[in-house]
Parts: sequence; C-alpha cells; structure tokens
Amino acid sequence: MSATQSDMLLLLLGIAGVLLVASLAGYILQLKLSPEGSNAAIENLNARIKAWWVMAILIALACVAGRIGVLVLFAFCSFAALREFVTLTNTRRADHWALATAFFIVLPAQYVLLWTENYGIFSIFIPVYAFLLMPIIAVVRGDTQHFLVRIAEVQWALMICVFCASHVPALLTLEIPGYEDRNVLLIAFLVIVVQSSDVLQYVWGKLFGRTKIAPNLSPSKTVEGFVGGVASATLVGAALWWITPFTPVQAGLMALVITMMGFFGGLVMSAIKRDRGVKDWGHLIAGHGGLIDRLDSVVFSAPVFFHLIRYWWSAS
Amino acid sequence: MRAFIAKLVAAVVLLFARAVTAVRAIWDESGLPRRQAIYFANHSSHGDFILIWAVLPPRLRRRVRPVAGADYWLKSKLRSFIGKDVFNAVLIQRVCDEREDDPVTIMAKALSGGSSLIFFPEGTRNQTDLPLQPFKSGLFHLATACPKVDLVPVWIANLNRVMPKGEFVPIPLICTVTFGAPTRLGSGESKEAFLARAQAALLELAPRQAGG
Repeated sequence: MSATQSDMLLLLLGIAGVLLVASLAGYILQLKLSPEGSNAAIENLNARIKAWWVMAILIALACVAGRIGVLVLFAFCSFAALREFVTLTNTRRADHWALATAFFIVLPAQYVLLWTENYGIFSIFIPVYAFLLMPIIAVVRGDTQHFLVRIAEVQWALMICVFCASHVPALLTLEIPGYEDRNVLLIAFLVIVVQSSDVLQYVWGKLFGRTKIAPNLSPSKTVEGFVGGVASATLVGAALWWITPFTPVQAGLMALVITMMGFFGGLVMSAIKRDRGVKDWGHLIAGHGGLIDRLDSVVFSAPVFFHLIRYWWSAS
Repeated sequence: MRAFIAKLVAAVVLLFARAVTAVRAIWDESGLPRRQAIYFANHSSHGDFILIWAVLPPRLRRRVRPVAGADYWLKSKLRSFIGKDVFNAVLIQRVCDEREDDPVTIMAKALSGGSSLIFFPEGTRNQTDLPLQPFKSGLFHLATACPKVDLVPVWIANLNRVMPKGEFVPIPLICTVTFGAPTRLGSGESKEAFLARAQAALLELAPRQAGG
C-alpha cells in the first residue's frame, strides 16, 4: 500500500468514526427526546447525518475510482446545481438556446477541458468564451426585455455552478514537487475543512449563539457560531497538515482562508435565496435542502484554495 | 414482445423525465390519494402527464390512464404505439365531426373498468401568458357521468419552461407536481359554478413567484 493509500484509509476511518459517533448521538437523542418523531430539530439532525453518510461514501468511491470518478461526480454536482440555480432565475422563452448551450455544451466542455489538464483554456473558457458567446446566442432571438438581468443571471449561474465548482476536481491537475500522486488528498482537505466548518458553526451556534451576525440574510447564523466554527475548523485544518504539502501553520492558514470564503459564500447564496423567496435551493438531499445548500461554501472556497496552491506550491 | 418494449420505453421516458426535472410531488394534507380519482391538471406541454405519472407511487401509477386527443396520438404508428401501448392512454376525439363515440362515454367506461384518469380540462395546451385557460365543459360532463369519483386538482409547475412551445431541446429545471384536496360535483351545482370552483381549486396550487 502506498503512503497516499494508507493516508486515505486513515482519513476514511476517521470520518467513519466521526459519523458513527454522530449517528449514535442522533439515535440516543431520538430515543430520549423524540421517540415518535415529534421533535423537528432532531429529525432534521438525523436526516442530515444520514445524508452525510451518503455524501462521504460517494466522495470516497469517486476518489477510489480515481480522476475519472472525481470528474464525473463533480460534473454531476455542477449539473444538479445549475439546474437548481436556473430554476430560480427569470428566464424567458428567448433564453432557450442560451440555456441549452449552458447545460449541454458549456458544462460538459468545462469538464472535458479539465480532463485534458489544459490549464490555459480551462481557466478562461467560461469567464471569456462563455461570457461573450452566451449573450450573443440570447440576443439573436431579439427579446430585449430584462436583457441584462437575464444574461447576467445565466453567466452567474455558470460561474458559480460550473466554473467555481470545477475547481475542486481541478486540484488533481496541480503539479506539486514532493506531493506527486497525493493530490486527491487536497480535495479531501478542502471538503473536510469546509464541511466541518459548516457543522462546527452550527454546533457552536446552537450551544452559545446569542448575537445574530446577519439577521437579514440568515437568521440562524450567529457571531458566536461564526467565531467558534471558524476557529475550530482552522484547528481541524492545521491538524490535517500531514495529508497536505503544507506545514501545520500553513495548513491552519489555508483552512482559515477556506472557512472565511465558505462563510461569506454562504451569506451570498442566502441573499439570493431571500431575494427569490425560497428557504432552500431544492430538495435533493434530505435534511439539507438542495445541492447548492450543501455546496455553496465549497464553491466559494475552491477557486481561491486552488490558486493559492498554484501560486505558492505548484511547479507549473 | 410489444408489451415488453412498451414497458422498457415507459421506464426510459420516466428516467429521462426525472433526470431533466428532478420532479417532486407535494401532496395534499390528506396525504396520498388512495381512491380512484380523476386527476385534473394544467396543460402546457406534452410531458405533463408523464410528470404526474412519475411522482405517483408505482401501485397507483399502474391504474392511472391519461386522457389524450386521438387526433394527435393516432397520427402516426410511432405516436399510436407511445399513446396506446406505452402510456395506455384513453384516446378521445376532440374534433366533433369525426366523433364515433361520445368522449364522456369513453372516459366513463375507462373509469368503470377501475382506472383513474389524468384529464386536462383546458382542452389544449396552454400557450398563452395566462397561468390557466378557461376550462372546457368536459370536466363537468365527466363529473356528472361519474359523480362518485374523486376529482383531484394537480398543478404542474415549471414544465412549460423546460420545453416551451416549438422547442425540442429540454432545459433541465426543477419541476413540482402539487396535489390538491379531492372534491366532487355538488348536488344541483350548475356547470358554471362547478367549473369556476374547479378552476379556482387548481389555480390555488400554483406557486406564488413566477420566476421560481
């Protein structure tokens, strides 16, 4: 077994252990406080823990399947996220071909470019080519009503759901001296830090939350939850330094950047939901809402994480 | 063999519909419809009844037949196969002059055979900007002929955006199918009053914001 594989195994055992403890705690809470399923918070907690299991297993399977597995998993995530996002936008009949292009050409093309590991075109395909071509496709239909809003929404949807999301699997393309064949652990690092930050913010908020941090955006987020969650997730990141090319301090700083981006990304996506008058992006994941509800912080932190590593650690 | 291919096609169509729309049912407070029913729904796309089909549990789905226009579904061999074999549609003639049997009689026969029906009381696909076109009188005549069968309003949201008129590439968007409370024709209720009530019951299920 290679060092990467044994590290991966250790990591998976750790995650399975955490989830086992969570499942057990959820089970006991249910027995004690909600035997008939009457306590909504506990039912939701248990639905979330179940969904965690499914997500952890899916990501683990994708990582075991290698590059193609990770790419297919995230291409599917992009598809489901884009579907959720576009559902909430003001599309009109005239956007039909632009939207078809977004789903069936831009999205697959982005992941094919990622497969070919051609950074030059991968990193500008959506910000340059899609950005210029999509409004051209839309304008041909001659419908000017809310034109700027419509093209901006489609571009934003592509940037968030496809471009930014694809930076998670893009971590596999980085060439880091002394870290060969271990890139999949960078994905694990990013996902674990972001998700534990979300969970820890929730836990700290439930335990000590008093002061609302952004009452207009997200009534459940508190200053105490934010500070406690970010601090403890930073420690989680530092403690995971052994799976990264970073020193413990660097790993902690990276985790801090990731959690900050994730937190504010969550606020941005909340603002969009508020504006659209919905509570969740969708219903794909029981207990969590839509896929974007779970992915929002990953999406915001992935490109920054990617470029920080590329700038300071990568050889290419 | 034909039946097997029909089953296969049905499964593929359902899978495709789910992949594109991630369709989700929102049931009425009274829960899943248990009894035989006439599901009456808004009609904006050929895929409408497929979504209703997709969200119904298989046990119910097997007994549900869509009511469709014979003028459309008998036009070619392929359409006839899809309409009759795959979806087991109850085909009625919409053009009066070409009618051999009264549509209400045909539908009543299907109901007395134990099937539930999916019925589009607007008559044709809605291609206007209105959320709902005025109902044709068919639903009233059907309710008069079969007063003991539940009438369940069903609102299909967003499918018109997935595949607007004249387009052939579907856009993946999340659709919902909302079921309302079962109702029946009141005793002595006039045609106008009944149709107005049925329309209101259906419209009430439409989601508030149009962009969502």
